[in-house]
Amino acid sequence: MRNRIFPLATIVLVLILAWYGLALILNHDQAVRLAGDAQPSWWDLVKMSWSLDRPLLPVPHQIAAELWRSVFTIAPWAKRSLLFHAGVTAGSTLVGFCLGILLGIVLAAGIVHVRTLDRALMPWIITSQTVPILAIAPMIVVVLGNLGLTGLLPKAVISMYLGFFPVAIGMVKGLRSPDPLQLDLMRSYSAGRWTVFWKLRLRASIPFLFASLKVAIAISLVGAIVGELPTGASAGLGARLLSGSYYGQTVQIWAALFMAAFLGLFLLLLIAAIERLYFSRAGGRA
Amino acid sequence: MPDSSAAAEPVIAIAGLGLTFFTEDGPVEALSKIDLAVRPGEFISLIGPSGCGKTTLLRIIADLEQPSEGSIQVNGLSPSANRLARGYGYVFQAPALFPWRSVAGNVALPLEIMGLGRAERDQRVQKYLDLVSLSDFRRKFPWQLSGGMQQRVSIARALSFEPQLLLMDEPFGALDEITRDRLNVELLRLWEKTQKTVIFVTHSIPEAVLLSSRIVVMSARPGRIVDIIESTLPRRNRSLDSRDMPEAHALAHRVRLGLKAGHSYQE
Repeated sequence: MRNRIFPLATIVLVLILAWYGLALILNHDQAVRLAGDAQPSWWDLVKMSWSLDRPLLPVPHQIAAELWRSVFTIAPWAKRSLLFHAGVTAGSTLVGFCLGILLGIVLAAGIVHVRTLDRALMPWIITSQTVPILAIAPMIVVVLGNLGLTGLLPKAVISMYLGFFPVAIGMVKGLRSPDPLQLDLMRSYSAGRWTVFWKLRLRASIPFLFASLKVAIAISLVGAIVGELPTGASAGLGARLLSGSYYGQTVQIWAALFMAAFLGLFLLLLIAAIERLYFSRAGGRA
Repeated sequence: MPDSSAAAEPVIAIAGLGLTFFTEDGPVEALSKIDLAVRPGEFISLIGPSGCGKTTLLRIIADLEQPSEGSIQVNGLSPSANRLARGYGYVFQAPALFPWRSVAGNVALPLEIMGLGRAERDQRVQKYLDLVSLSDFRRKFPWQLSGGMQQRVSIARALSFEPQLLLMDEPFGALDEITRDRLNVELLRLWEKTQKTVIFVTHSIPEAVLLSSRIVVMSARPGRIVDIIESTLPRRNRSLDSRDMPEAHALAHRVRLGLKAGHSYQE
């Protein structure tokens, strides 16, 4: 344990020191302007660079203070609470994530079972991910908005658009992972396609599914945040980032960024926990 | 399914059977002019060098491979109709257990697919795990078992839906000799007890001699039958010591001659 914490702590320390150094350089001009004619000492300049209201680069303790203020001093259901915004983003992330899993598995099942789908779908699935999400996100929002769908759903769709990809790719591999003997065995029982899928292919693909889910949850979160930018949403981490950049509230932006990172980490750990639970019941081995 | 009055009918009737694979290097004759009739309750060993088509022959009987010529009937049906009637149990070279299922769950797999009820399944699983002496391991998972135990689970799985015909493809080939000896004896007991028809593919002359009521010697390129040897060992109460009987030596000698004859053919 100890020799795992030490290297990690060293890296964190180095990063924080570098951060303070970088903030000093980036915020220097603004601090000098603020000081005006009063000839401040170099230490005063340092202190000013690290405590500006709207610095180019806020320093860690400013971000920590903002996080503390907007998380713990405000009721979590109030609109000024960062937890409220994180909850909104988590909602569309999870809906989009689940839709993405569903779409990914359906596509993979089709590709594995129908030879023409393998040729017809695969290039499109890969192409879909080369289109910049920032470019098509507003179009998805506009199109769905015209169909009367607003609020959570457009964001979830954008989240799904990113999240289905690793699931589809992983599941194609996973559904094809049973070895020939296992497939022959099922054939010797005259098992139908559905039985082979349900009792063999799907079960054999679960380790692949969990690997895909860990990638999918992270990019689903990115999708949900990106989805909040063009919607003009008033809630969500994306909205918080956008309003922060409108008003030059860099501390607020960074606090929202950190919140997004924590949310992503939390969701990832959640999936890892479900994975452990599953494998402890299914033989304790992947 | 033939009833007992049709017991004289062959379980497997093969005539003029051949299989040619078309590969990039041209056609390969895997099997050529195979004639074989298997009576109910026989224990037939298919023995021969690698590439003689013995596994392919077994797979054709199981409808996992299609012959390109000749005729074959299994239980009086075409191989595919017999497969759909679940007329055989197949034991593969590797156990092919599902790692996410417990031992009991693996044995129950064919029973689930064939739609047996819960109570019936549990009772069959218990019965056949008892038969291979693995009842105490019913809750374990495959990776917690030795190779020999895994193969016994796969035998229990093949027996669990009670097919009259058992097809075994080098089931003990990957095991050490001590384990193999023990499983051979277990298989003999099982055969005596259940009176099933067994087709058994092997590389090992002592194994074929010990287990079989008839030994089919095959040779490669093209895969064909060079000799069919009726066992002179007593059918009942065989043990590992049976291999030291003079009849066993004579049998082994004749198998070796057959293999040699098949071998010189290609050089």
